Amino acid sequence: MAVKTYDAGVKEYRDMYWTPDYVPLDTDLLACFKCTGQPGVPREEVAAAVAAESSTGTWSTVWSELLTDLEYYKGRAYRIEDVPGDSESFYAFVAYPIDLFEEGSVVNVLTSLVGNVFGFKALRHLRLEDIRFPIAYIKTCGGPPAGIQVERDRLNKYGRPMLGATIKPKLGLSAKNYGRAVYECLRGGLDMTKDDENVNSQPFMRWRDRFEFVGEAIQKAQQETGERKGHYLNVTAPDPEQMYQRAEFAKEVGCPIIMHDFLTGGFTANTGLANWCRRNGMLLHIHRAMHAVIDRHPKHGIHFRVLAKCLRLSGGDHLHTGTVVGKLEGDRQSTLGFVDQLRESFVPEDRSRGVFFDQDWGSLPGVMAVASGGIHVWHMPALVTIFGDDSMLQFGGGTQGHPWGNAAGAAANRVALEASVKARNQGREIEKEARDILTEAAKSSPELAIAMETWKEIKFEFDTVDKLDVG
Amino acid sequence: MPNTTMGDFQTAQTLETFGFLPKLSQDEVYDQIAYLIAQGWTPAIEHEHPSGAFNHYWTMWKLPFFGEQDLGNVVAELEACHRAYPDHHVRLLGYDNYSQSQGVAFVVYEGRA
Repeated sequence: MAVKTYDAGVKEYRDMYWTPDYVPLDTDLLACFKCTGQPGVPREEVAAAVAAESSTGTWSTVWSELLTDLEYYKGRAYRIEDVPGDSESFYAFVAYPIDLFEEGSVVNVLTSLVGNVFGFKALRHLRLEDIRFPIAYIKTCGGPPAGIQVERDRLNKYGRPMLGATIKPKLGLSAKNYGRAVYECLRGGLDMTKDDENVNSQPFMRWRDRFEFVGEAIQKAQQETGERKGHYLNVTAPDPEQMYQRAEFAKEVGCPIIMHDFLTGGFTANTGLANWCRRNGMLLHIHRAMHAVIDRHPKHGIHFRVLAKCLRLSGGDHLHTGTVVGKLEGDRQSTLGFVDQLRESFVPEDRSRGVFFDQDWGSLPGVMAVASGGIHVWHMPALVTIFGDDSMLQFGGGTQGHPWGNAAGAAANRVALEASVKARNQGREIEKEARDILTEAAKSSPELAIAMETWKEIKFEFDTVDKLDVG
Repeated sequence: MPNTTMGDFQTAQTLETFGFLPKLSQDEVYDQIAYLIAQGWTPAIEHEHPSGAFNHYWTMWKLPFFGEQDLGNVVAELEACHRAYPDHHVRLLGYDNYSQSQGVAFVVYEGRA
């Protein structure tokens, strides 16, 4: 064995961290970064710098490195690839040994992988495109408190996507009037309603009042319809103590599900809340406020597929994914790529969907994909085709903007959904035949006929900003 | 002046999936059975008096029909269950043993409340 001696000074990163001959281990955590270096810096040096700065390295050699075996602990840049259609950027693949990370902590993983390295001067831009979590690491994470299968059994919803609506106006209603809006949606045929993400506990409606009235709305709607209902009571709070206090009260009023914003609330809070939900038999709906700040720029930040994977590990039963068809950003192939990561037990590498690694999820429960934002009855056949049954189709104005009110709007949503599912099961191409299927269904539903008339002109056809990299 | 164009939505007792569609015709029920068999799922039948419909468990009619490929046999079992329990709801399920869930579940005959 070669003897190591201390040689103070600045070394090139690639001497230690660029290892093109390395074959990653099954237990390694793998990451793909899209790198855009400063002009003149070689790709290998940039890739090695990313590997170093996101693992064991620092800018100067230190004597205490010799007290440990950095060959064992270091991250390794092991592959570089061109980005199709983009000559200034490239993909760097980095392997990290599993012992760099605390068990069950996506917080620790992200603190390393997207920590200081993102401000590194040798880089103009850096984007974390994908992470392959080794199954050995996944087994240390709690994951979704219930998962898709348990949720379906608890709520008795089978063979179709579920239907929800976010209560509007998003801010300003009193608790009693808010509960009214919830009750109307639920009696009309929705499965669940949702607090808007910025509804926490403001002066116009304190959380405790909201929870009590919403609890009554759920119970009354269940009794009258004979179906199981819920409302995502948002327990996102200024501090964990208040978050848990709200969660306890949501359970007390008989609501089966609560809600959290995992990025603004943070992963530590989210994982704690997921654990609480698992112990208390509650479902957890996850909103993603702030994601576009992190994931929208095609060359800098973190792709949403990584945030989605991290959420599945941290814990959540529902996660917002965009709609593809509605008012918010979302490319179809890319969206399908991370929807798979939420729901499947194994997802193979598929560059056409932006999936850079095989990902084995083992026995971790699946997360229901939530399609939310600017959708209405005309979108229903497309939504059923894109998202399939294991999804929550989340309306807002598309329920409550109905000329007869929330209950009729909800019924229109439900009829459109069931007509689409029925037709799909009959083997019809429901996206192509959307008009026929909905028109036929509207014959026995004046609520749907009016909804179709109300929203017939509304489309959201802007090109997406963040596209998949293709030549 | 009264608003004569605005309708009043009456709350109804509904029975989950397909509860908002008109009663399925026999051909439409056939299509759904064909779909569940084509998915590799197992057809099964449950029934319950309307007063107990909110419970998770309904009473099973015989056992799930493992390996059944003949649509006619499934229809015959649905009819037999309905004849034996004319005042009960009768629902058809498709057990998916991969997801350990039900890929299809809807009420074919509604009992009298």
